[in-house]
Amino acid sequence: MTVAAVDVAESRAKRATRRRNSALRQFFRNPKALAGVVLFGVFLVVAVFAPAIAPYNPTSTAFGMLQPPSHAHWFGTTSLGQDVFSQFIWGTRTTLIVGVGAGLLSTVIAILIGVTAGYVGGIVDSILNALCNIFLVMPGLALLIIIESYVHNTTPYMNGLIIALTGWAWGARVMRSMALTIASRDYIAAARLSGMSTLRIIVFEIVPNMTSVIASNVMYACLAAVLAESGLAYLGFENVASTSWGTMLYWATQNSALMSGAWWWFVPPGLGIALLGTSFALMNFGIDQVTNPRLRTSRRRRQVEKLLRELRAKQSEVHSDGRDARSGASD
Amino acid sequence: MRYVLNRFGFLVLSLWAAITLNFILPRLMPGNPAQAMIAKQAGNINPAALKAIEEQLGLSNGPLWQQYFQYLGNLLTGHWGASFQYFPTPVVSIIATSLPWTIALLGVVTIIAVVVGTLIGILIAWRRGGTADNVIPVATMFGQAIPTFWLGLILIYFFGFVHHWFPLAHGYGDDVTPGLNGPFLASAIYHSILPAVVVFVGSISGWIVGMRNNMITTLGEDYVVFAEAKGVPKRRLIFSYAARNALLPQLTSVAIALSSIIGGQILIEQVFSYPGIGYGLTNAVASEDYPLIQGMFLIIAVTALVINFIVDMLYGRLDPRVRRRGAA
Repeated sequence: MTVAAVDVAESRAKRATRRRNSALRQFFRNPKALAGVVLFGVFLVVAVFAPAIAPYNPTSTAFGMLQPPSHAHWFGTTSLGQDVFSQFIWGTRTTLIVGVGAGLLSTVIAILIGVTAGYVGGIVDSILNALCNIFLVMPGLALLIIIESYVHNTTPYMNGLIIALTGWAWGARVMRSMALTIASRDYIAAARLSGMSTLRIIVFEIVPNMTSVIASNVMYACLAAVLAESGLAYLGFENVASTSWGTMLYWATQNSALMSGAWWWFVPPGLGIALLGTSFALMNFGIDQVTNPRLRTSRRRRQVEKLLRELRAKQSEVHSDGRDARSGASD
Repeated sequence: MRYVLNRFGFLVLSLWAAITLNFILPRLMPGNPAQAMIAKQAGNINPAALKAIEEQLGLSNGPLWQQYFQYLGNLLTGHWGASFQYFPTPVVSIIATSLPWTIALLGVVTIIAVVVGTLIGILIAWRRGGTADNVIPVATMFGQAIPTFWLGLILIYFFGFVHHWFPLAHGYGDDVTPGLNGPFLASAIYHSILPAVVVFVGSISGWIVGMRNNMITTLGEDYVVFAEAKGVPKRRLIFSYAARNALLPQLTSVAIALSSIIGGQILIEQVFSYPGIGYGLTNAVASEDYPLIQGMFLIIAVTALVINFIVDMLYGRLDPRVRRRGAA
């Protein structure tokens, strides 16, 4: 390699990092994305330090039954005399692990299937694409329920695994179309001509160029996984002795918390799911805004509009000088 | 024509996949749950029924391929077996009574949600950067993240338990007889309002955000900019120029969202004890009524696949480019 080539490579690498940094900065500057990150961060801290935060053992039944929120029990107690706040804190951990784990796993599956289909093409693409379309149109929750009807008393982690194995189709579809466009670029052809193996091209040339799509898919998949897991747990298709937000809701309805007016029992877990899900949606929205310039509702557009208005005003004032104003407006 | 054949081929393929999955799953599971259930039920049920169920769940001793073809034959001739729980009522007739409930609720609410959501999407895309454009997407994100069944619980608690404005559960009151009569229909509509609100809130956000993004893309197209410069009236510009073309991807989203809408419906029916397919499925699972579980799953899958096929056909009619290209 000549000195010049090294320089070019170096400056290219630098430019790439700079571009990535600026994308990150843009992401964090977006108020919605930032709100999502902060919200997610709070849940993450709660999940990590659950043993330190939870005041009591979540399964202990040592307290009074169905007590409304008080100083001793922030979220009240269940009809079995369990502390709802402690259950909520431990449930955060379970739900977060299952949701994020299933989201990541299903994204990995989506990348494997989607990129392979899009890059390799031919009969492999036809088969994988048909498989993907079948999973896409199959009603997911019904499929999960029927699997659960044969596998009894699954742990939350097992449920996460099943959710990931059945929920990759949408991501794979997006990855495939992305890989299709990347595969037709010149540098991929160059890589192939230089004798790179298919696997190497996929891992080092295609996937790194799909970062934003992948990140967006992780958020979407985590949101879907959290909802699916809590739905399954609510229906009682999860080991009911586990502590997750879904099982909390299951026990609340089983013991008719609604009919005894114990709102403190069923409101926190549902709100937790909704807020965690919102944090994923907000981050996803932020990624979209940063990577899709057309969606940007930026300050810039407003500035341009303001400028145009000013120019128009000036134009009507100074009739003779219209040409300059127009050339100014066009950039 | 090639497009129609292609999509029809996919419909057949996916139907076959759903049916085969239904056949394989009970046979794949370790420690055969069906056997355990039958052992538990032995004595409570007449031997002929037991035999039939054994065959259906793969406990017969014939080779697998023989079982498979027998299963396919039974499905095609409408022999979906008898429910365990309500023996000897055939699965098919249980499905026939619960399907209309689901279709009515899901169909009506989805159509309303699509129309309203699309209109809101068009509007906020046009006023991009305005207050509505900043507030509505965030609100809809929260709406998307709320578990629909939990929203149902909250509504039941507030409007049913605290205020007694709406019934707490079921599809119709005890005081009416099902059939095409006024009191029954009124009672059914009254009972369906809360579930309908939940389905609506659960799905509308997707339509709003989807349409907003499609609209923004089309609004940036040269022909729209040109039309605007030419002085085409605003209303015409929005609806005839931009929205018309932005609608196509929205139609695809309907097909994709369908599976998640149906999933949400299962949970909502469970929350409201609404006598539809989803409630039937979860109940059948709770009582380990395997013939009914299989039938319910199959009908849900078939419904989703057929609606998907219809959407594909519509898409082909609306967008000639797709038809010419052959595959989607």
